[in-house]
Amino acid sequence: MAKITYIDHEGNEREIEAKNGETVMEVAVKNAVPGIDADCGGACACATCHVYVDEAFLEKVGSPEAMEQSMLDFAENVKPNSRLCCQITVTDAVDGLKVTTPESQH
Amino acid sequence: MDLSTAENILVIGGGQAAAQAIASLRQWGYEGGLRLIADEEALPYQRPPLSKAYLKGEMDEERLYFKPADWYEAQNVEVTLGTRATAIDRSARMVALSDNTSAPYDALILATGSRPRPLPLAGAALKGVHELRDLRDVDGLKSQVMTGKNMVIVGAGYIGLEAAAVARQLGANVTVLEMAPRVLARVTSPVMSEFYTQIHEKHGVNIMTGARLETLDGEDGRIKSATLADGTSLPADIVLIGIGILPNQELAAEAGIACKNGILVDEDARTNDPRIFAAGDCTVRPLVHYGRTGRLESVHNAIEQGKLAAAAITGRDRPKLDVPWFWSDQYDVKLQIAGLSQYYDNLAVRGDPETGHFAVFYFRAGKLIAVDAVNAAPEFIVAKKMIISGQTLAPEQLQDTSVSMKELAALAAA
Repeated sequence: MAKITYIDHEGNEREIEAKNGETVMEVAVKNAVPGIDADCGGACACATCHVYVDEAFLEKVGSPEAMEQSMLDFAENVKPNSRLCCQITVTDAVDGLKVTTPESQH
Repeated sequence: MDLSTAENILVIGGGQAAAQAIASLRQWGYEGGLRLIADEEALPYQRPPLSKAYLKGEMDEERLYFKPADWYEAQNVEVTLGTRATAIDRSARMVALSDNTSAPYDALILATGSRPRPLPLAGAALKGVHELRDLRDVDGLKSQVMTGKNMVIVGAGYIGLEAAAVARQLGANVTVLEMAPRVLARVTSPVMSEFYTQIHEKHGVNIMTGARLETLDGEDGRIKSATLADGTSLPADIVLIGIGILPNQELAAEAGIACKNGILVDEDARTNDPRIFAAGDCTVRPLVHYGRTGRLESVHNAIEQGKLAAAAITGRDRPKLDVPWFWSDQYDVKLQIAGLSQYYDNLAVRGDPETGHFAVFYFRAGKLIAVDAVNAAPEFIVAKKMIISGQTLAPEQLQDTSVSMKELAALAAA
């Protein structure tokens, strides 16, 4: 289990208890967190689950794989802490993770 | 028609378009009655994994569902599963249901989806002959596909080829039969067909093109073999039929709503009845980037039209229309498609298909209309933007791999 906090682009926070093995995207979608579209359902095909990972957790969530990285390279408003959250799996290690959603996924 | 005073919205169908319409209606402030009526027993779930990760056993059922049951309760959505809508009475604004009740509506969203095109052969009713459309189909198939089993797949479209990849990885002996002279003939270019034929053959799939299936033969009601028109007989423990889909338009057509190979809708996903919308596989819609209408069998379309219907009903501005996009996962190959390549008159290949990393750009009258990107996300994303903006580069520029996609994107925007 891990607590994940989703912060929208206006700074509103929402903390959700997530099960290990789910992705940070799935937790958001199932709990109706706005700002994450995840159109392709987690296939790393659409880049609509873009989030900014809290700097303190960048190492814990690991680096993006090649496919995700190249999707990110061309996403809008990318920062060094950008990730596609369908590619971040919940584990005990990410307890307390904070991610911020961009203003728009499109 | 102003539907902002609607108090009863009915959504017929339980797929991705229905799920999106419901979520968007609530997200955009609709607080009135909202009811989902679906003939399947399951809450709305994702279909793309059915022929991919779920079939392979890499994804469990719970992860397929868009929302958990308590979300529908929390959102005050009345969910009626295992129930078909049998007729629409447009003057009374009532939908008759298979449980002999009826449901009133102020606005109605038809998200009835599509069904597999049936194989017109007597043997199609044999045990062991499967389709791949819903969760039940794939659960039946999953328990059969295993090492050493002989599987014959009829139809080399994306569903057939994705299933072939999974079955091969699970150890089945797989033959794919295709009537056309090449795989994916209906949807892509010979370059792509050749690439996928090679990938599948490398993994040990027997691809037979120009193959006409004559009979499916059984023993004690169970499939035993498949016989082709040229007399070839293939042993078969499992047969999967993947020869396309048909839009579920009958409910609408019988109520006098305009249909033609799908329910006809406008840019707001509205039918010719201003209170009735349709979304997803069941529709024929304007393809605004192509100046024609057509049917799209895709996640993008289901999501977009679900949103369009919800926006029109709640009086929001129409969301921006995206270029159609698709994806397919086979083995370690991710194909991303943007745009519609039909009617292309020129193409450019960027990269070498032998490397498993390339893209095919399609042009019509000098304009970029589509891309098939194989393990090539930058090509997909950049081409998608170019198609939307209409700022196209020449084929020679796009196939020049000494210039990066980033640089090409900048060139196009300049």
